[in-house]
Amino acid sequence: MLVIKDLHAKIEDKEILRGINLEVKPGEVHAIMGPNGAGKSTLSSVLAGNEKFEVSEGSVSFNDKELLELSPEDRAREGLFLSFQYPIEIPGVSMVNFMRTAVNEHRKYRGEDPISASEFLKLMRDKKKLVEIDSNLTNRSVNEGFSGGEKKKNEIFQMAMLEPKLAILDETDSGLDIDALRVVANGVNKLKSPERSTIVITHYQRLLDYIVPDYVHVLYKGRIVKSAGKELALELEEKGYDWIKKEFED
Amino acid sequence: MAEDQNKILDEVTGGEYKYGFYTDIEMDTIPKGLTEDVIRMISAKKNEPEYMLEFRLKAFEKWQKMEMPDWAHLNIPEIDFQDIIYYAAPKKKPQLESMDDVDPELRATFDKLGIPLDEQKILSGVAVDAVIDSVSVKTTFKETLAEKGIIFCSISEAVHEFPDLVKKYLGTVVTDSDNFFAALNSAVFTDGSFVYIPKGVRCPMELSTYFRINAMNTGQFERTLIVADDDSYVSYLEGCTAPQRDENQLHAAIVEIVANERAEVKYSTVQNWYPGDKEGKGGIYNFVTKRAICKGDYSKVSWTQVETGSAITWKYPSCILQGDHSVGEFYSVAVTNNYQQADTGTKMIHLGKNTRSLIVSKGVSAGKSQNSYRGLVKVSKRADNARNFSQCDSLLLGDRCGAHTFPYLEIANNSAKVEHEATTSKIGEDQIFYCNQRGLSTEDAVGLIVNGYVKEVINQLPMEFAVEAQKLLQISLEGSVG
Ligand SMILES: Nc1ncnc2c1ncn2[C@@H]1O[C@H](COP(=O)(O)OP(=O)(O)OP(=O)(O)O)[C@@H](O)[C@H]1O
Ligand SMILES: [Mg+2]
Repeated sequence: MLVIKDLHAKIEDKEILRGINLEVKPGEVHAIMGPNGAGKSTLSSVLAGNEKFEVSEGSVSFNDKELLELSPEDRAREGLFLSFQYPIEIPGVSMVNFMRTAVNEHRKYRGEDPISASEFLKLMRDKKKLVEIDSNLTNRSVNEGFSGGEKKKNEIFQMAMLEPKLAILDETDSGLDIDALRVVANGVNKLKSPERSTIVITHYQRLLDYIVPDYVHVLYKGRIVKSAGKELALELEEKGYDWIKKEFED
Repeated sequence: MAEDQNKILDEVTGGEYKYGFYTDIEMDTIPKGLTEDVIRMISAKKNEPEYMLEFRLKAFEKWQKMEMPDWAHLNIPEIDFQDIIYYAAPKKKPQLESMDDVDPELRATFDKLGIPLDEQKILSGVAVDAVIDSVSVKTTFKETLAEKGIIFCSISEAVHEFPDLVKKYLGTVVTDSDNFFAALNSAVFTDGSFVYIPKGVRCPMELSTYFRINAMNTGQFERTLIVADDDSYVSYLEGCTAPQRDENQLHAAIVEIVANERAEVKYSTVQNWYPGDKEGKGGIYNFVTKRAICKGDYSKVSWTQVETGSAITWKYPSCILQGDHSVGEFYSVAVTNNYQQADTGTKMIHLGKNTRSLIVSKGVSAGKSQNSYRGLVKVSKRADNARNFSQCDSLLLGDRCGAHTFPYLEIANNSAKVEHEATTSKIGEDQIFYCNQRGLSTEDAVGLIVNGYVKEVINQLPMEFAVEAQKLLQISLEGSVG
């Protein structure tokens, strides 16, 4: 599904990704952990096509397509979804209008007709239930004035609406209260299927109790320096990153 | 980073003018330049009665003593008024009953514009008075209107057929000495529309006129007069797009509105004159004087405008609130892109008691354009309890454009309540990327954000016009990306 090979990316001549290699197969859940500033969000931004970052080397294939050659919107339409660490507010644009445009763009890309109003409302209703999001939120402008946790929930709501093939969740757990964390994790799990994959970026083992990863990777200074099964997360929780840093620096 | 952002914005805002084509209709023109002889020639070509010629000559005399205003926030190149052709009329002036009789070339043009000057329009209940250049080509639905005593015709026709009304009202709201361009228009205006709604009549349909500039080097001087008599109501729409061309063109229209006792007039415009190319070459100079007088008590005039075109726009639809309890409203969206310059706004002149005015202005600037709001709220001494609320918002796309707000207040009565709010915001690349990530193209993202921002104004437009307006916003800001 996703194959990243020797990916290098920089911003303002500062190299942040320094040779990432990663393969995600259909149905898999990968967790990416790592200290602040390691490049986790940068990796997700680069995969999503944020032009702030310049890719200087490497290749990424997604569903057998050259991901890096696609526009950000086409990456999304191909089924790549990014739940932002810091979701953006878009005043004046209603959630309903925004989601309807998004859903229809995805459908158009697949050669389908636009969704009917009634179908769309039903879809909204179903997905709202799934992530237990307050109806008031979806009647407002995109993320405008949402609390930190509400924004995160809204990301997962949008993910549920768009049913991506690959979802990258960038610290979706941060800012969520304990109940919301469980709800959001349940939402993610309900969307799981043998075709759909997830990359979970997190600092905490807690989320991984709910969304159980097949692999855990440690990103440090722009490289994946360690990969293992879900037990690695537990080990990190216990010991922190120092031992890995030391291992890496040697 | 700023550079990157500009790159994105270039893409977004780099849409070429889609309506850049022009019709090959034979024209009947007179020589360049403006002299008394030219005015006599215009008047003669139009076969005008003596009173009209006098009206023109008087205005011309005043114009010769005037100078072009220079106080707007505009950079206006020198205009050589002797290098302009002041009259052009389509040679084949048809007397038409049905669409089948219309010049196929012209119909094709209308089709390209998506202007339904045909059954669609009629089905949706709109009488159309299409103005190609200066002479009105076709008027429909006259009969239905005539039944109610409503007059809707070209101003040239009105000059002949309704001299009393024309003499009574023409030039009373915008006098020939009002400003440089008003004087010029009064001297040389070629055509436009005339509307009269008799007492107690509610006009059953939206009246609409489409204007086009279509002759090389021809200044356009439209003249519109709308009179709503006591207890009447009318909604009037005016919209235009113009063909692409290389040379600057002058457009100096006048619109006068009179609302008598308890009358209400809604005037909506979608303006899309050719704005010039990406380098700022060509484009229309649009110097318009639009003014309404709420003459009677409890009368109301509401201006709604969506301005997307022109290289230079200089336009302040205004209301003189003379009647007690009269109401003036101004809703405006002004979009500028590339090298466009707009200086637009309104004047609300409170003369009567308990008069109210509302101003909602939304500016959107992109490219290297300059967008200014200029508004005057004036409350005279005897205008007790006057109320005004002004909301002036600016939205910037990129950091090479400018937005400016010039609110002027002249308050001579202590009981007045005047409020002004202003905001400036910016479409960020993060917002666009967020939309992209959800599968929206950059142009759709900008469209969504801009349309959300201008919603309040667009909602004032009649339904079908609102759709057209949104399309124009799309075109002028988004274009075809990539
Ligand atoms: N726009 C930018 N300009 C300059 N440096 C940047 C920019 N964006 C990110 N960086 C730098 O890139 C590095 C990686 O940042 P990134 O956001 O990817 O880290 P992260 O692993 O997601 O960290 P966290 O766990 O704190 O979210 C950091 O040193 C950051 O300062
Ligand atoms: Mg991060």
